[in-house]
Formats: sequence, C-alpha cells, structure tokens
Amino acid sequence: MSDPVTGIITPVRLEYTYTPGVAASRFLKRIASKEIVGQKCPRCAKVYVPPRGSCPKCGVPTEEEVTVADSGTVTTFCIVNIPFAGSVPVPYVSAHILLDGSDIPLVGLLQEVAAEDVRMGMRVKAVWVPDEELAPTLLSIKYFTPTGEPDVPIEKIMEYRDA
Amino acid sequence: MELCGVIGIGQTKHDTARTDVSIAGLVREAALRALEDAGLTWSDIEAVVLGKAPDMFEGMMMPELYLADALGAVGKPLLRVHTAGSVGGSTAVVAAHHVQSGRFKRVLTVAYEKQSESNAMWALAPKIPFQQPIVAGAGGYFAPHIREYIRRSGAPSDIGIKVALKDRLNALKNPFAHLRMEGITLEQVAASPVLWDPIRFLECCPSSDGACAMVLASEDVATRNEPAWVLGTAVRSEPLGMAGRDEINPRAGRDCAEAVYAQAGIKDPRNDIDCVEMYVPFSWYEPMWLENLGFTEIGTGWRLTEDGVTALDGDLPVNMSGGVLSSNPIGASGMLRFAEAALQVRGRAGEHQVDGARIGLGHAYGGGSQFFAMWVVSGEKP
Ligand SMILES: [Zn+2]
Repeated sequence: MSDPVTGIITPVRLEYTYTPGVAASRFLKRIASKEIVGQKCPRCAKVYVPPRGSCPKCGVPTEEEVTVADSGTVTTFCIVNIPFAGSVPVPYVSAHILLDGSDIPLVGLLQEVAAEDVRMGMRVKAVWVPDEELAPTLLSIKYFTPTGEPDVPIEKIMEYRDA
Repeated sequence: MELCGVIGIGQTKHDTARTDVSIAGLVREAALRALEDAGLTWSDIEAVVLGKAPDMFEGMMMPELYLADALGAVGKPLLRVHTAGSVGGSTAVVAAHHVQSGRFKRVLTVAYEKQSESNAMWALAPKIPFQQPIVAGAGGYFAPHIREYIRRSGAPSDIGIKVALKDRLNALKNPFAHLRMEGITLEQVAASPVLWDPIRFLECCPSSDGACAMVLASEDVATRNEPAWVLGTAVRSEPLGMAGRDEINPRAGRDCAEAVYAQAGIKDPRNDIDCVEMYVPFSWYEPMWLENLGFTEIGTGWRLTEDGVTALDGDLPVNMSGGVLSSNPIGASGMLRFAEAALQVRGRAGEHQVDGARIGLGHAYGGGSQFFAMWVVSGEKP
C-alpha cells in the first residue's frame, strides 16, 4: 500500500485587467509628464496623493485637482534587510514621504544614501527615469534621494497628523 | 439584551506545520475541545460563526462552505466573519451577539489559520500595478510606525526586546503555545538579526497552524457551567489611507476601548482590569496598545513594560498565554486573545493563571492598525 496523501500543493495564478478609475487614471497620465497631481477635499481641505476620487474621512467626492511638488520630507522609514520575490537588493530604505503640498505620505524607495544616514525629517526629491522611458506608472519615479536641504523639525512634520 | 457566557474553550496545539491534520481536522480539534469543556455535543449547537484571515492566504475561497460538515453546521445558520487580523476577535463578538440577541442559546464559534498551507508573505506583498514593490509583508508595514512610536515616546531601545522575552517565557507555561524557547535570554533576542529595522527577528510573531473555538451560551444554559460572562463587546474600524490618521495611536482603537469599557462599567482600566491579552505581533505593540487602550498616559506605555507591570506576576499582566509572539495562526490569533481572557476569569489558565483574575480584556487588531475588536469578561455574573 502506498503512503496516504496528507497534502497537495497547487500553485495559483490570477490574471486580471486593472482599472485604476477616473482619479487614479488622471494621476498616472500626468506622472508620464513628470507631474504629480492630487485632489483636495472640498470639506476638510486635505490633499490626497494619489487621488482616490473621494475623501475617506468626509465621504464626499474630491474633484479639485492640485499639483504637488516632486520633493518632500521623510516622516518615518524602515530599513529592509530581508529580500522577497521581486524586491530591490537589500538593505534598502522604504520611507514615508510627505510631498510638499500633500497631506498624506506615500511610501517610496530611498537611494543614493547610506541606510544609516537616513533621518526622519530628511528632505528628499524624486529621481525620474530618462524622458524617453516616462510612462503612466509610478515606476516613472526611479526612487527618491536626499536634496541636501536642512532637515525639517519633527514638530513641523507632526502637523500633518490630526492626532 | 440577554446575558452571554463563555462555557466552552478549546484550542489546538499550535505549530509551524500541523501535517497530521487537514484544515477540517484542525478546526474540528479545537471545536471538539470546546464542546467537551462545555459538556455539550454537536447537536446541542444552534448556530456556528467562523472566522479566518483573507482567503488569499490558503488560496481557498469561502472555506466556510467546505468546513460546514467538519463543524457540524449542516442545516444550521453558519456565518463567516472577515476583518483581517482582528477577525478572531470580531468573530467572537458576532457569536456573542447571536446569544445576546436572544435568538440562540448555544453558539459555536471557531477561528483558524493553516499558515503551512499558505504563503502570508506573498499574500501581503501583492504586486500592485504601476507601483514599486517595496513594502515587504507585515513587518515592512509596521516597522516605520514602531520607529515613530520610539521617537515620540523616547522609549529606551530595549523595550521591544523585554516584551519579546516576557512573552516567550510565558509561553513556556502554555502547553498549546507554538514557540517554546527554553532558556531564551535578553542577549539572544538582542543579537537576533534585524529584519525590518527597528524590528529584530525574535521580536516578531511566528507563522503558525492552529485553531481556537468557544461555546457561548445564554444565561440559563451558562449559569451551570462556571462561565466567563461577557460584560462588553466592541468593534471599530477606520480607513487605511486617511489623511491625518495617527497610525501609532489610532482613533478606532481608542473609540473601541471607550465603548467596551462603558458597557462593562469600567471607569479606570488600569485598576478595574486584572489582566489583558492583547494582539502583539511585533513586540513594540505592547507599549503602543497599552497607551491606545487607556492603561497609561500617552508616551508612557513602555514604562509599564520596563517596570515589570505587564509580567505574569505584575500588577497588570499582559499576554499571559505567550501571546501572538508565541503562536500566530493569524485568523485564530484574535480569538485566542479573547479565549485567554475568558480562561483567566474562569480560573482555568493552568500554569499561566493570574491569581484572583476577575475581569479580563481580550483585544485584537488587524489590517494597517485599522480594525479593532475587544471584549471584557468577568468570572462574576453581572
Ligand atoms: Zn475630507
């Protein structure tokens, strides 16, 4: 008699068509011309980048488009030391970056700086792919890198939180 | 509202890979123990409430349908609850509501995860179109928030190490715990590799197979079984990507605690609650949740850890079972917290029993610190 089957492994695969929606589509199209756009909530005035078409706090549509800078401030970060499928080589710094003019940090890769030199409050800017490679994807931003400007004081960083 | 009591508690031995059982066998093991504890059989159960983490983990859609037979639920109301990592807690809350509504007298609630048949790291790091894959699993998500907590509170850098040691030592007293690290030391935790700086390997939860089950009953049934009486239940959530959101001290967690304390008549949680079993998948979340739950002033949670207040023999024991840091069958992890609180107030926690525990808090959270579930239980009938 053969051994009983106690387990099976069946790899799963899911193919799908991604539809970003109206707000995110506009965001992605503008990224292709090195422009970062968000949307401002008509009620609480928070600027969402990327825009979602509505404000999760107020539950109202957001229609006013706002262009924000491609530079910002690191609010917090972590140093990733373990690789995973498809990740950039470790160690790398994954940072929460509050772009100037935005009210919500986005997570970005920091490069051209040693991990131990990264600080909360550090000023950073986007490094774009060469113009001929620009496309409607966040991958058009290769990574963020320090600008060399003085750090933003922690109290200033905290202002974006309602707490 | 009808009274509800926990009259049966069961859990599996948690382990890296329970190759001796299928998923159905796993949930059944916990359910049978809960039934035995309650002195009931399958036919006594009127409804079943099941919880587990997202289907993508094991790649099995709507597992409640497949598990209906194993859980004796055929022909009975069977409800599945989904709230990410907090699901074990919110599943117990839903089960309690089944009884409190007066509609059911005996409800079986079960939660599970079989991580050996899943790939949580993969499930939590999907390739999102048009974005760079840089957030590596749960650790990669929570590490920046822990860094911000450390900055804000000015906590010494070894607090996370102390929590990790305490919980692993507590686990040695819990026969069901997954990690049993005899002789573990502070030095060992401190020297473990830093995976997602500032999180070290031994400050992380393991990946476990396991299940937890409870039988909840109405007042007339429960009174005979030395129950843990449910004094309050609450669930709150908030959006992940909300501008101005404080991920370190989330409003949903504060509101959830406030609601559950109000129901349970708790005015001063630090003095009124005898023990807390909270969801701490990364050690630094102990001080963070102590603050969020109102046990201490903002910025001072780490002092309770440092002063030994949260030790098993401390003034406010936290994670007596060894916690999520010692066993993490994700879907079941929240229910294990709720079950431990109930075990404590029933005086049945064995070697990890807190002397004279009368009121216990069970806490679970999930998603990006956005889903919360809590209950307060008491050994004394309200
Ligand atoms: Zn708004």
